[in-house]
Order: sequence, then C-alpha cells, then structure tokens
Amino acid sequence: MTPDRTYFSAAWAVAWRYLHNLYTKPAVFVPGLIFPLFFLAAFAGGLSAVGDTPRFDYYNFTAFQFCFILIQASALAGVFVGFSIAGDFEQGMGRRMMLATSRRSSILLGYALGAALRLIVVWVIITGVSLLAGMEVRATGYDLAGMYTLGLLSNVVALLFSAGIAFRFRSLQAGPLMQMPVFIALFLAPVYVPQELLTGWIEPVARLNPVTALLNGARSLMAGDPTGILLAYGVAFGLIALLALWALRGLRRAEVAG
Amino acid sequence: MSGAVATAGVGVADPGAPDPGPSPLPIQISAMASRSIKRLIRQPALVIPSVIFPLFLLAVNAGGLNAATHIPGFPTDSYLTFAIGFTFIQAAIFSTMGAGQSLAQDIENGFFSRLVLTPMRPTALMAGQLAGLVLLGQFQALLYLSVGLAAGANFEAGVAGYFVLAALVSIISIGFGGIGLIMAIRTGSGEAVQGMFPLMFVLLFFSSMTLPRNLIEQDWYRFLATINPVSYLIEAIRSLFIYGWDAEALALGFGIAAIVAVLSITFAARSLKGRMLR
Repeated sequence: MTPDRTYFSAAWAVAWRYLHNLYTKPAVFVPGLIFPLFFLAAFAGGLSAVGDTPRFDYYNFTAFQFCFILIQASALAGVFVGFSIAGDFEQGMGRRMMLATSRRSSILLGYALGAALRLIVVWVIITGVSLLAGMEVRATGYDLAGMYTLGLLSNVVALLFSAGIAFRFRSLQAGPLMQMPVFIALFLAPVYVPQELLTGWIEPVARLNPVTALLNGARSLMAGDPTGILLAYGVAFGLIALLALWALRGLRRAEVAG
Repeated sequence: MSGAVATAGVGVADPGAPDPGPSPLPIQISAMASRSIKRLIRQPALVIPSVIFPLFLLAVNAGGLNAATHIPGFPTDSYLTFAIGFTFIQAAIFSTMGAGQSLAQDIENGFFSRLVLTPMRPTALMAGQLAGLVLLGQFQALLYLSVGLAAGANFEAGVAGYFVLAALVSIISIGFGGIGLIMAIRTGSGEAVQGMFPLMFVLLFFSSMTLPRNLIEQDWYRFLATINPVSYLIEAIRSLFIYGWDAEALALGFGIAAIVAVLSITFAARSLKGRMLR
C-alpha cells in the first residue's frame, strides 16, 4: 500500500471501530440523541409563546429553535467523540492504535470521520421530529446545504477542542472539562430570542461569542435569507485552524507520554 | 467519626466496665449528621457544581428570556424575579443526587457493612445522611436569595418570607434526598444514582420553569407541566418573589413537598431495613 492509502485505511479503521462501538452500545449512542430531542421539545414546545413577543421577527419559532438544536447537537456529538478518545486511552486502546499507525494524525482523522457519520443519523432524527412538530422550511436546497455544513463545522470545532483535552488527560475524568466549556459557549449565544432582543450583560457576551455567528448564519439560511454567512464560515474555519493545532499538539503529548 | 459511633454504641472503651448499651438515638443521629456535613465540606468538587450551575442557568435565562416579560399576562416585568424560584428547586433536586451518591459510596467501599455491625439504628443513618443535604439546601437558599436581590430581583414576601422559603427548601431537600437514598440503598451503586440525572432533568424542564402554565401555548406541554409536581414547587417559591403571600400556591407547594418527603422517606426506610438484613 502507498503511504497515503495506509494513512486513510488507518483512519477508516479507527472510524469503523468508533461507529461499531457506538451502535452496539445504546448507552453510549442514546444520550447524544436524546439530549437534543429533549431540548427541542423543551424549547420549541414550552417557549413557543416567546415567538409572539414584540420585535421577534423570525418567521417560525420551531425553525428558530431547530437551528440552535442543530448546532448544539452537532457540537455535542463532537464532545462525545472526545469522551470516546479519552476512554480508549484510559483502557490502553489508544496506545495500541498509536503502535499500529505510522502517522498518528490518522487516528484523529478517523475519529472525525466517525463523528461525521454519527452526525448524519442525529440530523435525520432531529430534522424529522422538527418537521413533525410543525417546522416550516423556507430555505432553498443550497441554503439547507449551507446550514448543515455549518452544523458539520460546529461538530469539527467541538471535536478538535475535546480531542485536545482527551489526548492531554487520557482519562474519562476530564469529561467535564470537555463538556462544560462547549455547553457554556452554546448557552451564551442568542438561544431563546434573536440577538437584537437580548438585553443586559448577555448582550455584549453574545456579540463576542463565536457561537452567535454560527447560530445567526444557520438561522438566516433556514429562513432563506442568508446574511452574515461569510462571518459564520470565517469564524468556523478560524476556530478549526486554531483547534487543529491544539488537538495535534495534544496528540503529540500523548505520543510522548507513551 | 465512625469510630466515635462504634465506641458510643458498643461500649468497647473499657472491657471491664459494664456495657452501657446502645447510645441514644439523638447521639447516633448527631454523629452521622456530623460525618455527612464534614464529608460535604471536604468534597468541594461535589458541592460546587451543584451550587454554581443553577446560578449560571439563572443568569443565562434572565438575560436571554427577558423579552418574555412583554407577553401579555406575564406576571412581572423582571424575568429574573420570575426565574429565580426555579434556581432553588434545581439546586435542591441536583444536590439530592449527592446524598444518594454518598450512601452508595459507603455501600461500595464497605463502610455501610461495618456500620450494620454496630447498634446504629436505620433512622439515625438516614437522618444523618439527610442532615448534610438540608444544610447545603439552606446555604444555597441564602446564597441564591442574596445573589438574586443583588442582581435586582424583588422578594415581595419580605423577611418572614425568607423563613417560609427556608422551610420549603428543607422539605424539598428531604423529599428528593429520600429518592436519592432509595436508589443508593437498592442498587448500592454510585453509577446507578448518577443515572437518575436525566430523569431529574426531564422533571425540571417539563415544568412551568420558563413560563407560567397559563402562557404555555402547546397543549401537550401545558398538560405535562400541570401533572408535573415540580411545577407546584417552583410556583410556591416563585409566589414569594412575585406576589408575596399566595396561600394557594404555598399550600400546594408545601403539600406536594410533604407528600414527596413522606413517601420517599418511608420507602427509603423499608429499603434500608431490607439491606441491613442481607
């Protein structure tokens, strides 16, 4: 096999193992699916009256919340992969994977591939449930592709962040360190109302929060009125570039630690 | 601490002296309560998240949902005043898992089995475990009230209302703490107690936490919020902040908290007897 083929075949093996573990252990797969559905029900169902407040000009409250759930579910799917990496290293599997691959970044690529494939299932389910709950879609096919791509990029951002922590700590005890910052960043964005309606301390925080750009971009695409898309993609790719360095340096530390 | 209990209970200090018999129940309770409280203080990693996370959610909701106060019929013009009631319940319910977790840990590491060999009464064991929880609940109540008032929330019930709030938080802590104990005693596993987290989360979110029940538009959600006992606990505390003294909300809140407490403690006591016999 050529070096490139070896690299991708190692990545594919890691992805396959991850997906196999995921779908044969419901306790691992189900929480990642249940949490977004739960938030969708709680927000789109319980807060729909918020859509009637003055100056709330988004066309459909379920669609408004769906965009948040899409970004949230995508990001949390990335975090859950971080848990798997930490678990694999804790049990010694990570070390064996390192011995089996010549270029270790293929391990990270494999987990990322697995996360992306897992995400498709999550997307299908939350989209189906939202449509059943009365979500109206105004996006064109291109807009939808752009919106789901933002979801995928959110997934990669969260995955690289969590992987960086997982490679450094190599223990599931680092789980809260992966989950909490992502959870906090998500909830410091305009979750319940458009950014213009935020007041008080959360308004400047949301303005500076990179998740806000992703969320606003996704919502505008869903409404078929794309605005701030360059900013959203710029923020996503900028974070990916920074966090790829973070994750790869973490991988290097894991290699050094043996 | 366990040594103190055993010494007080079995009387092994002087082999020649007459056996004083088991120590009275209040001494047993105080020994177990003291252990439970010291344990809480020594494990900040367990306590801090259950104190901080509700404050974070309050801050986010109060900032993000302030626009909801413009919905016709919303009972106050400050979402902070509306939302703070939920913070007390959230903290009380989350910290209950702490009680279960501590007991499960005792069972897992064998301390419970050693305790069974002493004349320790089941009542003392349970009351001791719950004492730490009630103390934590009181600390949280005072902290959240102070933070809420400093941030601009209204507390219409005034000073007397604080004592009512503290009493309700105590009963809720005992009630949900009892549920944590049942799980710990029946499973003997800290992991199983942690498994209650999603259920608690569902109970909290499918309630009237974010909007008053009459303003929830979706029928299915309003139905779930109406049959969910947590809604009435939140509404009782909320009433102290918004209305001052709302007899109906308080009666429902205290009544439901008392029922949960009686049922959970009864079942926890039965489960404990069963485990002590094993």
